[in-house]
Amino acid sequence: MTDVTAHPEVTGQPAVLRVANISKEYQLGHGLFSRFGGAQKTSLKALDGVDLELRRGEVLALVGESGSGKSTLAKILVGALNPTGGDLHELGLAEGAGRKERSRRVQMVFQDPYSSLNPRISVGSMLAGLLRLHRVVPPGEVRAESIRLLNRVGLQEDALSAYPSQFSGGQRQRLAIARALAVRPDVLVADEPVSALDVSVQATILELFKSLQDELGLSILFVAHNLAVVQHLSQRVAVMYLGRIVETADTAEIFSNPRHPYTRALIDSIPRMSADSVTDQFEVEGEPPSPINVPSGCRFHPRCPVAVDRCRTEDPGLSPVGPGHASACLLAAELPAYQGEPELKEER
Amino acid sequence: MTATPAPTLAPVKAAGRPVRSRSLRPWYRNGSLVAGMVIVGALILVAIFAPLLTSYSPTTQNLEATLQGPSAAHWLGTDQFGRDVLTRLLWSTRVDLRIGFIAVLIPFVVGTILGALAGYFGGWLDTIVMRLVDIFFAFPFYVMVIVLVFVLGAGETSIYLAIATVSWVSYAKIVRGEVLVAKQQDYVMAARLGGFSHLKVLARHIGPNVLSQAIIYAMSDIVQDIMAIVTLGYLGLGIAPPTAEWGSMIADGQQFITTHWEQATIPGLAVVVVSLGLSWLGDGLSDLLSPDRRK
Amino acid sequence: MSETPLLSVRNLSLGVQRKGRPTTVIVDDVSFDVAEGERFGIVGESGSGKSLTLRAIANLLPAGVSVLSGAIHYRGQDLQTMPAKSRRRLAGPEIAMIFQEPMTALNPVMRVGDQIAESPRRNLGLSKSAAMDLAIDMMRKTGIPDPARRARSYPHELSGGLRQRIMIAMALSCSPRLLLCDEPTTALDVTVQLQVLRLLEQLCEDTETALVFVTHDLGVVNQTCRELGVMYAGEIVERGRVKDVFADPRHPYTKGLLDSAPDFDQPDRELVAIPGFAPNLADRPDGCPFEPRCAFAVEHCATARPTLAKVLPGREAACFETARIFQGATA
Repeated sequence: MTDVTAHPEVTGQPAVLRVANISKEYQLGHGLFSRFGGAQKTSLKALDGVDLELRRGEVLALVGESGSGKSTLAKILVGALNPTGGDLHELGLAEGAGRKERSRRVQMVFQDPYSSLNPRISVGSMLAGLLRLHRVVPPGEVRAESIRLLNRVGLQEDALSAYPSQFSGGQRQRLAIARALAVRPDVLVADEPVSALDVSVQATILELFKSLQDELGLSILFVAHNLAVVQHLSQRVAVMYLGRIVETADTAEIFSNPRHPYTRALIDSIPRMSADSVTDQFEVEGEPPSPINVPSGCRFHPRCPVAVDRCRTEDPGLSPVGPGHASACLLAAELPAYQGEPELKEER
Repeated sequence: MTATPAPTLAPVKAAGRPVRSRSLRPWYRNGSLVAGMVIVGALILVAIFAPLLTSYSPTTQNLEATLQGPSAAHWLGTDQFGRDVLTRLLWSTRVDLRIGFIAVLIPFVVGTILGALAGYFGGWLDTIVMRLVDIFFAFPFYVMVIVLVFVLGAGETSIYLAIATVSWVSYAKIVRGEVLVAKQQDYVMAARLGGFSHLKVLARHIGPNVLSQAIIYAMSDIVQDIMAIVTLGYLGLGIAPPTAEWGSMIADGQQFITTHWEQATIPGLAVVVVSLGLSWLGDGLSDLLSPDRRK
Repeated sequence: MSETPLLSVRNLSLGVQRKGRPTTVIVDDVSFDVAEGERFGIVGESGSGKSLTLRAIANLLPAGVSVLSGAIHYRGQDLQTMPAKSRRRLAGPEIAMIFQEPMTALNPVMRVGDQIAESPRRNLGLSKSAAMDLAIDMMRKTGIPDPARRARSYPHELSGGLRQRIMIAMALSCSPRLLLCDEPTTALDVTVQLQVLRLLEQLCEDTETALVFVTHDLGVVNQTCRELGVMYAGEIVERGRVKDVFADPRHPYTKGLLDSAPDFDQPDRELVAIPGFAPNLADRPDGCPFEPRCAFAVEHCATARPTLAKVLPGREAACFETARIFQGATA
């Protein structure tokens, strides 16, 4: 399979964001009642020991289904949520830097273009407000800088006096990106930024991200569930399941040689445009369980087609299985080889 | 055939321009709004120009011309003190409208601020404010107002205080609810991530989105306040005589309901007209401000 | 073999008519046939009119939207002229529908078993216990574990995938001949989506139920359907077998759509976006609705409206220039 890593120089780049052993636990219910509740579960661990690193200039995709914790992790990385455990290192920031300093380094693009822009604030006001707050440019240049930002995302000057309700979904995402870029961040965290858009519009936003990466050297953490999009845009992929990262590797590597059963199941479930469905040695049963009821041992074992007894009792962490490739599967080395080419079923 | 890749971000004709224009329905086509504006506008004009509209004084007594029916000289007749009823009616507009508009301000401001803070910060602040709301809400409006005025004595200031004490709770509840909803929106998180302080986010980002509901409620609240003032006047607890005021006019006039029904009825109709006008204005504003909200 | 198709939509136009205002046309002159056991996909983006077309067949048009012209024939009968009562009786045993968001499609205060049993009780005249047995059997067929116990659950107690299976069980409970699907897997996780699509495929094959499947996902339509209609601005712009259309599109919009979608099996292909915006339905220009965004448009594309015409055996496209644009491509 051809190498899709467009930026081979990324490996070896320093990290701009690193998290170690991050957990996020939520307490459920009112304290008073859970005391009488008995067997009732009282806490939910959305994240349970996550290590992740985002390198300078790369697009790292965070992939997972419901309950994986990917959105929670994204919010923690951007500072919108505080973890209940673990360390967050924002390299380049002074110790004890406040929220305002952090907001200049890391910015977020949200999933829903219809709720991420304030309907009562004009585009111009929105950009000017940020530019002034952080003194990105001298007051006299605010308008010029706003126009520059708009042009950068493919919009024109007359957007300044308009309100978000006047724009289409794709345009709104562009506005959201312009807003994120206003403070000149080093890192962009994009939480499923194209999921709510039409197919033909997605392409424009994806290409925009690509060009921002190329031209501004932005490091982008891209949360997604659409693997075709991930494959197209990212250099590295981290797969999450039930609050843990279960596999990380370079994009080309992870799609040609997945070393975790869940990753394989995800890849197998992509609806293909040019063939019938893929052969399924790795069809999983059931659904992603809720983080309230995390299975014992390896969290994936109840759904795993190749689980053995060991999997019920041992809880594996990420271990290397190749250069830049790590997997949290006890049987990673023994998994049958992945056949990348989909089999064509006979015509119906 | 190889596809020629179309330019993706090149300025294709309409690519960068907003797709829709701002207004949905021009305001002048909004029936309620126009009707409301006309009536309230007329009332305000009457209030301002009252002294110029008639030649009589609203308070000077003329005991030789008491209780006359409608005539060419006195379109609505005179009351038991010989004062021209029409003049008193018009002058009363000044009193009731003015007090009504001012009385709504304090509860609006106090209730909105407390409600916004409670909704935004939650926690113990929310608990305290909400318990206060529960307490104040439990008291019936008129009973409270009457008791307070009784205690504080009749007069304008007392009315403002009494109404403020009782009315702020509705604003607090409404604004708190709106803030709770707005808080969930991504744009609020985006504002926080942008580096804005809590207060800035509340005032500049959430504020405009929640105020419209408070304003709409305020319109109906003015009506309620005017009703309260009129009621107080009727009970003799409001604006002291001889100032013309619809409530006291009704009280005066009710004694003569069999002979001069117009003296009690006409001020009553005036109150109805004011309420109608303000309600329509409120409805119209609601239409104007709400559809934007949903975007 | 010319037999009456199971479903025949002819020149269907849907829109909003308001007194004193010009009619807004949302679906414009749409025609397609679905044979018994056929699986027909309708693909389009938002605003293409695909969902509304489905709802018109199901007699579930939202308030304000009406059929402006055209006909829908089911088994040779005109659905619009038939008495309302007869049309309602079709729902369940003949035509059934599943929706995108199972939480809003299921009654939150009724146990799921009862919801599935409702239709067989009314339409097949089964007794309460017989209908419940059927419901449990349907649940088992849709792969719900421990169906007898699960039948007593309420929708909010079940996950998204399970709810969708309940909806499928409900829809297929009276063995309809035609199943209408409105983006049934869009809200589901991708591994669950695979299971649900497989299930649909298998059940429909077992009972020879025809499928009309509306989606925006090109991969899903490829996996589930054999025939395809591509909709744009309320019109079908291309029609044919899915595999053929994807391999060799004959309409510029279809081609644009395929070029802009990331294809997992072609990671190196650069995505090419379609310039411009979806058209404003209230302001339909003369001529081809895709013309403002079409890289191949010529003058007469803006003045005359193309209709679906045969371009290949089993393929139709609504484009004047299709021969010129796609010449050289393998037939």
